[in-house]
Amino acid sequence: MTATFSAPQGGLRAWLKTDAPRTVFQSAMQQLYRGWRRFATHPLGLAGLAVILLLVIAAVAAPWLTAYDPIAQDMVNRLQPPSAAHWFGTDEFGRDVFARVVYGARTTIYIILLVTIIVAPIGLLIGACAGYLGGWVDEVLMRVTDIFLSFPGLVLALGFAAALGPGITNAIIAIALTAWPPMARLARAEALSLRKADFIAAVRLQGASKTRIITRHILPMCLPSLVVRLTLNMAGIILTAAGLGFLGLGAQPPLPEWGAMVSTGREFMIDCPWVITAPGIAIAVVSLAFNLAGDALRDVLDPRSGE
Amino acid sequence: MSNPLIEVRNLGIAFGRGAAAVPVVRGVSFALGREKLGIVGESGAGKSTVGRALMRLLPPAARVTADRMAFRDTDLLAASERQMMELRGRRMGLILQDPKYSLNPVVPVGEQIAEAWRLHHKGPAREARERTLAILEAVKIRDPARVARLYPHEISGGMGQRVMIAMMLIAGPDVVIADEPTSALDVTVRLEVLHLLDELIESRGLGLILISHDLNLVRRFCDRVVIMYAGRVMEILPAADLERAEHPYTRGLLASLPSIHRAQDRLPVLRRDPAWLAGAGGTP
Amino acid sequence: MTTVDTFNRPARFLRMRRLSGRTLSVVVTLVGLMLLTFSMGRLLPADPVLAVTGSEVDKATYDRVYQELGLDQPVWQQFLSYVGRVATGDMGRSLTTGQPVSADLLSVFPATIELALVAILCGTLVGVPLGVAAAVNRGRPIDHVARVIGLAGHSVPIFWLGLIALILFYAKLQWVAASGRIDILNEGMVPPITGLLLLDTALQGEWDVFRDALGHIILPGAILGYYSVAYISRMTRSFMLEQLGQEYIVSARAKGVSRRRMIWAHAFKNIRVQLLTVLALTFGGLLDGAVLIETVFGWPGLGQYLTRGLKMNDMNVVMGAVLLIGITFLVINIISDRLYRILDPRTR
Repeated sequence: MTATFSAPQGGLRAWLKTDAPRTVFQSAMQQLYRGWRRFATHPLGLAGLAVILLLVIAAVAAPWLTAYDPIAQDMVNRLQPPSAAHWFGTDEFGRDVFARVVYGARTTIYIILLVTIIVAPIGLLIGACAGYLGGWVDEVLMRVTDIFLSFPGLVLALGFAAALGPGITNAIIAIALTAWPPMARLARAEALSLRKADFIAAVRLQGASKTRIITRHILPMCLPSLVVRLTLNMAGIILTAAGLGFLGLGAQPPLPEWGAMVSTGREFMIDCPWVITAPGIAIAVVSLAFNLAGDALRDVLDPRSGE
Repeated sequence: MSNPLIEVRNLGIAFGRGAAAVPVVRGVSFALGREKLGIVGESGAGKSTVGRALMRLLPPAARVTADRMAFRDTDLLAASERQMMELRGRRMGLILQDPKYSLNPVVPVGEQIAEAWRLHHKGPAREARERTLAILEAVKIRDPARVARLYPHEISGGMGQRVMIAMMLIAGPDVVIADEPTSALDVTVRLEVLHLLDELIESRGLGLILISHDLNLVRRFCDRVVIMYAGRVMEILPAADLERAEHPYTRGLLASLPSIHRAQDRLPVLRRDPAWLAGAGGTP
Repeated sequence: MTTVDTFNRPARFLRMRRLSGRTLSVVVTLVGLMLLTFSMGRLLPADPVLAVTGSEVDKATYDRVYQELGLDQPVWQQFLSYVGRVATGDMGRSLTTGQPVSADLLSVFPATIELALVAILCGTLVGVPLGVAAAVNRGRPIDHVARVIGLAGHSVPIFWLGLIALILFYAKLQWVAASGRIDILNEGMVPPITGLLLLDTALQGEWDVFRDALGHIILPGAILGYYSVAYISRMTRSFMLEQLGQEYIVSARAKGVSRRRMIWAHAFKNIRVQLLTVLALTFGGLLDGAVLIETVFGWPGLGQYLTRGLKMNDMNVVMGAVLLIGITFLVINIISDRLYRILDPRTR
């Protein structure tokens, strides 16, 4: 097959497959490539990844995907069933539901990104420090983590979202406060097992400070399982965000947010079920995508914890 | 041999299907009478697989073929699952290696033994209980009433293996297959358990297949020995004749055993001849 | 024979030491819970004084109420007095109902408990057999079906499913009733004993009201239960697979045990205790979904109480409800932990 490819392609492939990488970068790229090949053997995982990509495209290219303004009201056309002009029909303010779903992807992406940025570093750091340093640091940090875990996720997020006030950013902070404990737990477990590893002892003997050990050695090793867990938990995070939106916290009208759309469409749902159908399916599909992608990712990065 | 208890001819076991099938056992033939037959071989030689195949206890991925595999008059290959269930425990018993794992952790041992009885004999619970206590005494467990109430994690390894033996003998089988029965036990306890097994087998006139990797143990304990290598039978001979074994693999095994009687510089390393893999050896 | 430690102290002493360690841990967690709810309450954007007095108020009254509410004290002192009040059952007064929050909570809590119990029942009745079937038939169609059901449970938003179910079963098919626990006609007909309508009506033989209550609880209970099916079936499958690979299964079959007996009397018996822990955790997780389901179905329980308090910025209600949910969760975890210890012979 390489014969039909021109030289540069063959060059890249060879570069990725050679047994003796010459730089750290090349080795890292090789691992990435190998991981990708493994991932690509899971059809469901690929489907999930495709949906996530679709989500990103929808968010970025929203103005090109639909001509309608998601916020502009058009009371003449309110509550129209799906048709050629309005693929998903219109809502109670005459807004095109399809447009609102597509623009709602932006909110979803915003949520995903911001939660990841907040939760991953905090969870990693707390967990790794607790696991590696042990002693009272571990006790205190784990006690705090346990307290946060003592509330079911949505309830805690509800409480904080209410306390912080309406608005999408406040809701995200609230969700982040409920999402970090599992990450910390995971990082701690990894750090605990790594603590006794020989290479850590070697680095310590070389005189590395605790900070250096944690940041340069422990944290990177915790990353794979953290990525898997975060992807899997992302489905739950999206559902929690939608739940908050449904309850009126989160993105405020007239901004399109899928959970809020279900809530406002509730009044008319018996006669005009299309108003709540599309956003609900959108939430489900994106959640499912993260579940599937996360499952496949787990097989690639952390085969031990699979079934 | 006339009227063998178990007869096996050209047994083959493979895992997987079609082209991807991995043959694990090939062309194995032997017969068992009222005697102690040992099957010896290295890990992976297929000994345990043969033992389990006789009871049809292999996972569904295993394909068992044979010209003949029979217990007395019953064709074990063609028997239905219901027929096999009647045979298991009642006519053929299987003693596993480690009582820590082979006994149900959440059921008291007395109940597990009683279950073996009640699966094959209708009767009041009292009778099962009495039989359980009787068999516990037969395996030399003191205070059987107390032990019967204990859980597997509360008894020692030696006791656990006695319980295992009791469990497999209570229903009165004719054949017992013991898969590495003493490998998980302390050396001091091994002899006791083997002794016990010997007594029970002799007194009840049973046939025993003893599967082990320990050649010394087998040669002292069994009447005849089957030597297996890579899923094939290399040689079958009386235990007393082992010193005069002809097959180079057997000779190699014997030579690699350290002996306190011989002066030795180095233990010879067994040289494996690929020719052994071709064709089945051994006379039944 | 009593167990002793290296210093030859008797077992009773050791047990008490373990118990006090655990109690301390529970107390610390409780205090932490209250710290969280306290901080939530203090963060609420509404001015607590104005909430009591109304927005039209003169400075003197404002200052007086400010002092009455203890807002002039340092925060840690406020927290301590909060803890003290909660310990005696005083969680303040609700703005919307005018009742003490603790009284409100007492009246709405049974409704949520009943809903959660029905949900767990549905979830277990479907989830456990599904998980067992999936494990026993690994790789075959039923396994895949179980996986799909599980995935759907983790992906479909519960409030949306509830709404769709309402459209289908209430509006279109007219099989079930709409919101609330029972018809208005039947309200107050049956004197409460446990607060659980199904139980109360059954105990007193009021079968008409029982049927009415059943018709109201079945849909929200089933939808809530569906969510636990995912988790329950997955854990059951995982536990069963672990057991089916064990050696004692082989020795059981070697005795002549049938396949069915092997699955239920042997393998399943070994996972019962683990399943109990799973069920307890699920129950706690249901409290989450209950908040949303109660809103969708107008179920007068703790969840609805909480969300209404949120909308009205009723600080005491929010704090009280969240705290109660947290405490319930904690209690469930403690109970399941103790049950595990009692039931598993290996840990005795």
